Amino acid sequence: MNFGVVVFPGSNCDRDAAYVTQDLLGQPTRLIWHQETDISEIDVIILPGGFSYGDYLRCGAIAQFSPIMKAVQDHAQQGKFVLGICNGFQILTEVGLLPGALICNRDLHFICDRALVRVEHNHLSWTQNYSEKAVITLPIAHGEGRYFADPDTLTQLEHNGQILFRYCNAQGEMTSNPNGSLKHIAGITNERGNVLGMMPHPERASDDVLGKTDGLALFQGVLKAAVMV
Amino acid sequence: MTAIDTAPFSREEIAAESIKLEEYEEIVKRLGRHPNKAELGMFGVMWSEHCCYKNSRPLLKNFPTCGDRVLVGPGENAGVIDLGEGLHLAFKIESHNHPSAIEPFQGAATGVGGILRDIFTMGARPIAILNSLRFGKLDNPRTRRILTGVVEGISHYGNSVGVPTVGGEIYFDVAYSGNPLVNAMALGLMETADIVKAGASGVGNPVLYVGSTTGRDGMGGASFASAELSEDSADDRPAVQVGDPFLEKSLIEACLEAFKTGAVVAAQDMGAAGLTCSTSEMAAKGGVGISLNLDDIPIRETEMTSYEYLLSESQERMLFVAEKGREQELIEIFHKWELHAVVAGEVIANPIIRIVHHGDVAAEIPAKALAENTPVYKREIVSQAPEYAQKAWQWTSDSLPPCHEEGIGNQTWKDLLLQLLGTPSLASKAWIYRQYDHQVQNNTVLLPGKGDATVIRARRQTESVQTYRGVAATTDCNGRYVYLDPYQGAMLAVAEAARNLSCVGAQPAAITNNLNFGSPEKPVGYWQLAKACQGIAEACTQLDTPVTGGNVSLNNETLDHQGILQPIYPTPVIGMVGLVEDVRNICGQGWHSQGDLVYLLGTWEATLGGSEYLATVQQTVAGKPPEIDFSLEQQVQRACRNGIKQGLVNSAHDCADGGIAVALAECCLSGNFGVEVTLSPSNSQRWDECLFGEGTSRILVSVSPDNQQQWEAFLQQQLGNAWQQIGIVTGKVLNINSTLVVSLDEMRETTESAIATR
Repeated sequence: MNFGVVVFPGSNCDRDAAYVTQDLLGQPTRLIWHQETDISEIDVIILPGGFSYGDYLRCGAIAQFSPIMKAVQDHAQQGKFVLGICNGFQILTEVGLLPGALICNRDLHFICDRALVRVEHNHLSWTQNYSEKAVITLPIAHGEGRYFADPDTLTQLEHNGQILFRYCNAQGEMTSNPNGSLKHIAGITNERGNVLGMMPHPERASDDVLGKTDGLALFQGVLKAAVMV
Repeated sequence: MTAIDTAPFSREEIAAESIKLEEYEEIVKRLGRHPNKAELGMFGVMWSEHCCYKNSRPLLKNFPTCGDRVLVGPGENAGVIDLGEGLHLAFKIESHNHPSAIEPFQGAATGVGGILRDIFTMGARPIAILNSLRFGKLDNPRTRRILTGVVEGISHYGNSVGVPTVGGEIYFDVAYSGNPLVNAMALGLMETADIVKAGASGVGNPVLYVGSTTGRDGMGGASFASAELSEDSADDRPAVQVGDPFLEKSLIEACLEAFKTGAVVAAQDMGAAGLTCSTSEMAAKGGVGISLNLDDIPIRETEMTSYEYLLSESQERMLFVAEKGREQELIEIFHKWELHAVVAGEVIANPIIRIVHHGDVAAEIPAKALAENTPVYKREIVSQAPEYAQKAWQWTSDSLPPCHEEGIGNQTWKDLLLQLLGTPSLASKAWIYRQYDHQVQNNTVLLPGKGDATVIRARRQTESVQTYRGVAATTDCNGRYVYLDPYQGAMLAVAEAARNLSCVGAQPAAITNNLNFGSPEKPVGYWQLAKACQGIAEACTQLDTPVTGGNVSLNNETLDHQGILQPIYPTPVIGMVGLVEDVRNICGQGWHSQGDLVYLLGTWEATLGGSEYLATVQQTVAGKPPEIDFSLEQQVQRACRNGIKQGLVNSAHDCADGGIAVALAECCLSGNFGVEVTLSPSNSQRWDECLFGEGTSRILVSVSPDNQQQWEAFLQQQLGNAWQQIGIVTGKVLNINSTLVVSLDEMRETTESAIATR
């Protein structure tokens, strides 16, 4: 399966994502400079974490105008997989592939921690390797990760099963919310389910040398989808 | 008649460049004429302590600098050591104290930016940042503002640039009220086959200016950093630089890409003293000259004078010497990363720095006059310890109120332990490190708060080579110890750093140091500096951890309410790195499993002299810090390391500030288990000495009962009788001799809220 990881100036988790897909999962992976426009051979495109263009205006606001983003939109249109992690999630909302916005954390500080996250359902390739309502631990690292959307959008997200990950406590209850996200949202998909944006970093929880590996199943789930096709 | 009398500058103008009158005489002698304004400014910054170590150099020369692993010692941008398996580690520490006092956010941010440039200038990709911070008491609103600003500055820069901030230490003491310390240490893994050096060579080779633009920010920062702080220091705010981590991230990628072409002959970052420092150091190190045309330099402001160009400390800039004919290849790489890159000069045979501006020669100085053979002040070290120290040494624990098994006066030992755990210097630092991205790059093996040192896997990001090799790093210095006895205190800082590395299972390898001191022109200040340097040299020799470089920050003094200059505690911060052969075989500090046996390696010997207990509970800073026996120290550390390597040790934690009671509490909190221990103080030992007394060569470890026999036989062989089993890991309560009983929840609440709520 061909993975592509987009590199914007200021991306800093690009190699971390490629390490998982290429070194840990043995899949061909290409780092794609943001000015490229042909990604036709790619099956899964990852928009990595970081601070694209320094995130000086608003997170992801400049990156959405990079030449690669047109290709990413076409890629999504074709129903192929798009995964936006952290800054990548922010870019996906800026470019309109996902609804809502990521705003400043509730306590106004950057937070780097390990968050408990509940897998809302496993009907999509992304989560098919998790059991439904599984509580997993994923690293978070963001200053603007508080999910925000208008009430109608939130209702639709709930209704369509587009909320894939929520912050929770060890029992899976909605009592813990590190950044103040509405509806405890940690990750959402588009309606079709092929575009996923999430603030937690599954790529940082994939290597058993570093301890936690709860994120690896997400990448493996996508791999399985490719095999099935 | 002296040169001063005919100088085209007033004495005030000369002093404003931080040049002493005798130094001015020397400048005239070297040039054979009076300098112009730009040249005077260049001498001012290059002859500052920050750039030329004029006060400290005679003291630094006794440091051991060689060792089997040392590839690059002091003198280059960073030290480099060999980790084995072809992995080379660059590392260095640097201070940004004065900028952070005036403008905490940018001061700290650019401190991080500067130390990262030192690392990637060598061809190494930065893999970790540590910070050693000192502030005044947290109940002072100004301290609170500085702390918040510094933490946000580090977070802003480090997080964005994509280098994990993984460790360090913080102390709060009134001695740092007006003059906080912000020392940043960075580690990097070499990505180029050859280490990129700074010495220019090849007459006719082009000199490239790359990175950001030049503006008026940070004018004369190096001179400012070398002067004491006063009420008026806030007016020096233009001397504080403004950082852009996004540009730095692009600069890292572009530079590493450029170095890999093989077209870069030499590189030097523009930090202190900007263009002046980089051109003169590159030329002086290479024994050649450099001619530079200011009209070619990309600028962010117009109408700048030559003086301003030369002294600007705008950030994220570098100077390269390129192979002639290959400059375009390099320029294209920088343009791809949307950075400036221009040919701004060339290497010339005549060993001078020639600066051209508007078609005229704006400055022309022999390179060595600026960067080498700089002034040295060798001062007399007073033969007797100063009065303050002699007086402090007379203190004994007899002057304390008597204590009984339950407590002291009407305070119980539990009250006192909670008081210590709630002291910001000892409390949990989670509020701080939670704001730093400490996991980016996917190599952080031991998270902050989980071990005595940080452990990073030494994986090259640009290669698909599996490695289990790692590097451990720590920063340490107990300034109170150094204040009370600079020689002893400095040795203790080195020993503690090594012990912290041993506690995670790493072999201590080398150090970088940041000497933060008061004025060397005062006999007491110079005595502190000289004695501390002797201590570092002695301990590094004993522990076989050579010095590969560092930084000197002097005149850390502020005026108190009575208008008297008060120096900080002398604070020689030791940044030590160690080798981890296999990152799967390391150790955290928290208890691992209920039922594990708890051992104290080392001795019961501990003193309240200079202790946190004495300072916090008894409000006294006095006594002699603990003595160190290097042979026992090494035995204890070796036993711990080997135990970890053999898989026998489940947790290891150094007993440092706050003594054994605080160390036990930390093991409980980190591992989320309780402990039941029996301490047996000797007859002459007071209870508070036993619980909170501080000593060296002491490590708490826990071991599975299944391994008890093997472990104890091993200890007997390694340590003789210098160990004891003291207890067992239990549920959720810390219980010492049934007289100090406290729940984990109570301790956690105290320690976790200590910094956040003050």
